[in-house]
Amino acid sequence: MSFACIFVPNFSIAAELRAEPELQDQPIAVFEGKPPLEKIIAVNEYAARLSIAPSMTKAQAELCSELVLRSRSPLQEASTHAAMLDCAQSFSPCVEDTACDTSIFDLSGMGSLFGSLPKISQAIADRASTLGLKANITVASNPDAALIAARGFPGVTIIPAGKEAEQLGSLPIKVLFNDRLEGDEKDSADRLLETLDRWGIRSLRALAALPEIALSERLGQQGLHLQKLARGAASRTLVPVEAPLIFEEAVELEHPIVLLEPLAFLLNRLLDQLCARLGSRALATQELRLTLELSNLTGIEDEFENIGIPSESDGNDKAMLKQVAPSLSRFVRQGGDFDSPSSTDQCRQSKAPQARRQTSFIRKLSLPLPMLDAKVFLKLLQLDLNAHPPGAPIIKIHISAEPARPRSAQGGLFLPPSPEPEKLELTLARIAGIVGEQKVGAVELLDTHHPEGFRMRRFVAEVARKVPQKKTPDSVEAQSAVTALRRFRPPLRVNVTLENGQPLRLHCPKKKEVQGEVLWKAGPWRFSGDWWDRDAWSRDEWDLALRNGEAIAFYRLIHDLLGGGWFVEGTYD
Amino acid sequence: MSSAVVSTSAALGRPFIFDADPEPEVGSLSAEQLQQKSVAKVLHSTINNQKSALPLVTPASRLEIRPTPEMAPSGVTELDALTGGLPRGCLTEICGPASSGRTTVLLAALAAATRRGEYCALIDASDALDAHSVAASGIDLDRLLWVRCGEDSPAHQSTKKSFSPSEKTNPAEHRLEQLLKATDLLLESGGFGMIVLDLADVTLQAARRIPLTTWFRFRRAVEHKPTILLAIEQQPIAGSCSSLLLQLKVPSSPFSVLSSRRQVAGAECTSARSTRPTHAHLLTGLEINVELARSRVDRKPACSIAFETKTAWAG
Repeated sequence: MSFACIFVPNFSIAAELRAEPELQDQPIAVFEGKPPLEKIIAVNEYAARLSIAPSMTKAQAELCSELVLRSRSPLQEASTHAAMLDCAQSFSPCVEDTACDTSIFDLSGMGSLFGSLPKISQAIADRASTLGLKANITVASNPDAALIAARGFPGVTIIPAGKEAEQLGSLPIKVLFNDRLEGDEKDSADRLLETLDRWGIRSLRALAALPEIALSERLGQQGLHLQKLARGAASRTLVPVEAPLIFEEAVELEHPIVLLEPLAFLLNRLLDQLCARLGSRALATQELRLTLELSNLTGIEDEFENIGIPSESDGNDKAMLKQVAPSLSRFVRQGGDFDSPSSTDQCRQSKAPQARRQTSFIRKLSLPLPMLDAKVFLKLLQLDLNAHPPGAPIIKIHISAEPARPRSAQGGLFLPPSPEPEKLELTLARIAGIVGEQKVGAVELLDTHHPEGFRMRRFVAEVARKVPQKKTPDSVEAQSAVTALRRFRPPLRVNVTLENGQPLRLHCPKKKEVQGEVLWKAGPWRFSGDWWDRDAWSRDEWDLALRNGEAIAFYRLIHDLLGGGWFVEGTYD
Repeated sequence: MSSAVVSTSAALGRPFIFDADPEPEVGSLSAEQLQQKSVAKVLHSTINNQKSALPLVTPASRLEIRPTPEMAPSGVTELDALTGGLPRGCLTEICGPASSGRTTVLLAALAAATRRGEYCALIDASDALDAHSVAASGIDLDRLLWVRCGEDSPAHQSTKKSFSPSEKTNPAEHRLEQLLKATDLLLESGGFGMIVLDLADVTLQAARRIPLTTWFRFRRAVEHKPTILLAIEQQPIAGSCSSLLLQLKVPSSPFSVLSSRRQVAGAECTSARSTRPTHAHLLTGLEINVELARSRVDRKPACSIAFETKTAWAG
């Protein structure tokens, strides 16, 4: 039986470096606390060389000009922890969430999938690196030995069964304790370490060599337990945890971003990490949610949601909100008045004093099919942000992905061509930027008799499938083409000369072709509906023939009985 | 003088290869003969150099004939009999005035394509598509992408707010610009069985402003692909870029175009003042005349056919 342990040393620093890899070779320190009493809680080796140590105040650390200071980010630490669990889950279903920086999982039965222990270890290390984790990987015959070795040995370590005491002997005593302990646990651990240090016990080998009875008399069961750990003889069962399917990545910015180009750079990194995590769990995503925290100087806290790319369930109220929200963003930036009824319904007003408040700008990207392509996601987000810019400097970026099963497609040699979903989605987003979001898509007829009873919905090219050959009778195959109507949008207002209530002559100011004497007419046909609704309609329809140069054109003429007026709705073509 | 390009070594950037100097034949030839011989040798070596510099040029007689494109049914039996169908990988133009049946033929072609399981795209310059006509034609609505060009696009809204006259664009030009950009994107995306450019309501003056290079680019984009590129317009505007050109005409006499189940209706319409009430009249269909104006696909002589359409309510 083998167990693997992933340990991320200096977790707070690792979380920051995962968000900002370019700081890898710079001295960096993470601070925490309320100003002006912020204290350094973690430093990397470059900062340690500059004599920056934990427990220093931020003011003291700022004296070092080369030092990069970052505030502790619980969100980034949570993302890093989730990435670590995703890495473990991709190798074994039995994963224990030991600590925020440690995870242990059972490798039983994994040999047939991943190969020998060295191969598995290297694969784990590679996967962790892909997810942005600089972790120590250890494989041992029991969980605690793997944990202690991961805390002590950098890189990849494999401890053969029976050699635990020998391998762990050289490690210092402090590896027996988690360096993120707090409160009473930390005090107890410190006292133990102090006691052992006074005895001259500084390595695990020395602790393992102590007589058990004497140790238990002085340190009790805790001492015996520590000795077992030092010998690598402790055994316990893992407490597996089902990692929640939450895929989020976030980064807080030191300086607000104003332009979309640097934002795209950060989004690219976050999307790469997100896709790597989803890929490690063999998942894709069908919905991305981008939340941008904006810097707002007006002193009013408000939160509103923008519509994003319209989905099928979007109604008229959301369409109105979409029209209001961008103007509301400008309104907020200009410090405008919120007494107008259209805006007060859409935001919460705070009575807080003048101060820097944050505004959340949310965009939702709904995909037609589950996808896992960071480049496509980035391009779609860029197109969306170009069409709907945030309107204020950005101080925090948060992306979450809704996991979904990846789509399975069976290709075929004889299937009709179909657009690739990722390419099509990008193309549709680009076309929407040209003609408008509601102006591209598929047609869906509504359950109404209204002449314009249709709506635009998202166009989805499903996986090409073979169309079943319908056996239709020859008479159906040979049916004639259906006469089509070409509509004028909006309908053309015309001046009609009537005779006995029937159109005799037409004149359209906007279109000179639509005028002349009526050669032939059919109608009127009374057409009405939705009388119970605000959008009731009632009209008389005529089919006319007018001379159009040397030829004849057929038009549909309507007389709006509710609003009055004559219109040419379209031409039969 | 031949207009053929003479490729010289200098033009090809290759060094001129000189023949080796011949050994002098003392006493056997006169000076004039020697001079003529040397000139002939120079000419001969020049021709040899040209030949050696043109190893990769294929004579025209050996050029391969472009394969005939695959033809797809157009959805109208009479049209298929006339043209053999619509060619894949080529540009087809369908031209005609209003009420000549262009949109009917277009929808029939889209219906045939969607029935084959292909995805189609319609870029509508005038936003004139009627959803009910689309459904009545038998088009699978899930397989038809409709791009509606209009004046309320985001780009046009921003130019409308501009106070600079130079930045304001003609609405017709703006629609055409949207159409051309959308077409470029869809051709690049690929995967569509048919892409239709609906320019039927665009004025001829505006449509002719589309440069021929654009049509050429579109044609090159669909070459060697199974996509049918179809354009409907009032008059031909793509020049020689289109492989198939169909002219649709409306008969000048109104009575021949009206097909009614009651023959009496046709006779009654001959009089200026018909005693039959107008609500008894019914437009049951149109008569469409199609002339094959040009076909580069299958060299056929110009001929025409006529067929009738039925309105959705004709039964």
